[in-house]
This record gives sequence, structure tokens and C-alpha cells, in this order.
Amino acid sequence: MNPTDVVERPYLRTDLADFRAGDRIKVHVRVVEGERERVQIFEGIVIRRRGSRLSETFTVRKVSFGVGVERTFPVHSPMIAKIDIAAHGDVRRAKLYYLRQRVGKKAKVKERRQA
Amino acid sequence: MAEVKGILGRKLGMTQVFDDMGRALPVTVLQAGPCRITQIKSKETDGYAAVQLSFGTAKRPNKPAAGHFAKAGVEPGRHVVELRLSNLDGRELGTEIKADLFEAGERVDVVGVTKGKGFAGGMKRHNFSGLSRTHGTQAKHRSPGSIGACATPSRVFRGTRMAGQMGHVRVTTLNLEVVKADPERNLLLVKGAVPGPKGGLVMVRSAIRLRQRERI
Repeated sequence: MNPTDVVERPYLRTDLADFRAGDRIKVHVRVVEGERERVQIFEGIVIRRRGSRLSETFTVRKVSFGVGVERTFPVHSPMIAKIDIAAHGDVRRAKLYYLRQRVGKKAKVKERRQA
Repeated sequence: MAEVKGILGRKLGMTQVFDDMGRALPVTVLQAGPCRITQIKSKETDGYAAVQLSFGTAKRPNKPAAGHFAKAGVEPGRHVVELRLSNLDGRELGTEIKADLFEAGERVDVVGVTKGKGFAGGMKRHNFSGLSRTHGTQAKHRSPGSIGACATPSRVFRGTRMAGQMGHVRVTTLNLEVVKADPERNLLLVKGAVPGPKGGLVMVRSAIRLRQRERI
């Protein structure tokens, strides 16, 4: 055990759904605008998960009006209200950077059949 | 203006925490204290005002050290460091100092001894560029190049940056923000990096530069 684990533990989140690269997820992000707070949804395909413990992050990619948009979130960020898994992906690698070079139908990820 | 405060501790490592805005802050976790005041030095007896702090437990203190700690009525400490003060009001021999000395939001300086890098060349030690990889350079790829002119001055200027011992020097990081103090577990979280290896001895004291600015 690392001596810093004691510090990290209260920040770790166990309430979020477990997902992996290739999954299509909806990230409910808390957006603070002055006094008000609302929830924005960012939906896309998870192209990577990296890091460990509290510093773990994941990146979600979507194509918005023909432009590729990627957002990276800390897995344990308090700004994430909820994560919905829209579809499990069937992929053969952990980092899906190859999706960046693909457009249209080729940029699709096969859906995984639940056994 | 509050008096300078100081505590000894150990660097445990770095991690990150989230603030109330949801931002990730890089923090160094320090084991701070408990420390004991083992001696109070005053202007009359010692020529300057300071308190002596001790931290840790000495496994086998020698006779002089044992006597010194016994005089303060505390257990023998492993590390002893002095903290210079301008006045000694309210400082008492044998007082225990814990991490609640500081509170979140305060600014502190952290003093430590950097990791030793041994005898290092110019590229590592002073960020020199070295010589060309190609174009006929022979066995001089990491050399510092010229260190001065020829017959005038026919010597190398003092202070010219060259290879030598790098690291293992006392370094102070100024104005770090205290993110959290946890006196129950003797932990102190400061924002940013701190000199030294994990397990290295550090001193945390109130930010000195801020105090100097206040005085002007």
C-alpha cells in the first residue's frame, strides 16, 4: 500500500458504472454557470482509459457536425454526475486511436453480444 | 502579524485531490510531526532567538544527546532543526507541535534536500545543448563546448558552468498553498512539488517572502 492511499481513499468513487474502451457512454457532466448548476450530457465512444487509482482518466470521442470532439475526464471527478452505458463495444485493443483516422461507417465500433 | 511557525516532517509522495470546484489539484503528502521543542535559544544566552525542534525517535541516543532531550523532558528525537524567530513569546520547552499548526489556505515554504544526481555533465546539470549528433563530431556529443576565449584572458572565469556534483543541496520551495491539514494522521497536504525523495526530511514553515512583502 502506498502511504498516499490514505489521502486518496475519500475521493475514490465506486458509484459509477464500469466501462472500458469501445463502449458508447453518456457522461452526465455538472456545469456550473455562476450560481446555477446544470447537467450536460456528453455522449461518445470511450477511446482510452489510462492511469491508475485517483489519477485515472478516460477519453470520450464523438463526431459533432462533422468535427471530431474528444473530452478527457478524471474517472473519479466529482463533476461527473452519472455515467450511462449506451452500448458495449467489441474491440481488440485498449486504445482506439485508429478511430481518429476513420470517418463514416468505418469509424463504427462493433457491438458486443452479451453472453 | 503572526509569528513564524514551523514543523518537521517527511515527504510521503505525490497524488492529486479534487477541490470544491471539481478541479484536480496536484498535492504533495507530508507526514508532519509530531515535533517537540527541545531548546529555546534567546538573544541573551545564545545571541539570537530560535527554537530547536526535534522529530522522530532516536534508536540509540548517545549520552550527550540523551541528556539534552532529558533536559527538555521529551523522548530522544532523530532529527533536530532550528527555526529562527524574532520573538519567543509563548514558546515553551517540551511543547508538542502537530499538523494542526497550519490550516487549509495558508501559504508555507518547504525546505528539503534534493535528490542527489552525482557528478553530472553540462547537459544534465545546466541544460546545455551538447554538440552535434552528426556532421563529423567525434566522441564529444555531450561536451559543453567552449568555456571561454584564448590568450585574453588566458584563464577560465570563475563561476563558469561546468560538470560537477548535481543535487543533494538544501532547497526551499516558496509560497506553497496548504490544501489540507490532518492532525489525527499527522498529514499535511501542500499544493505542488517539494524537494527531496520520498521519505526525505522536510521542514514546513510559514511563507517568508509573503511576510517580507507585508512589512514594506
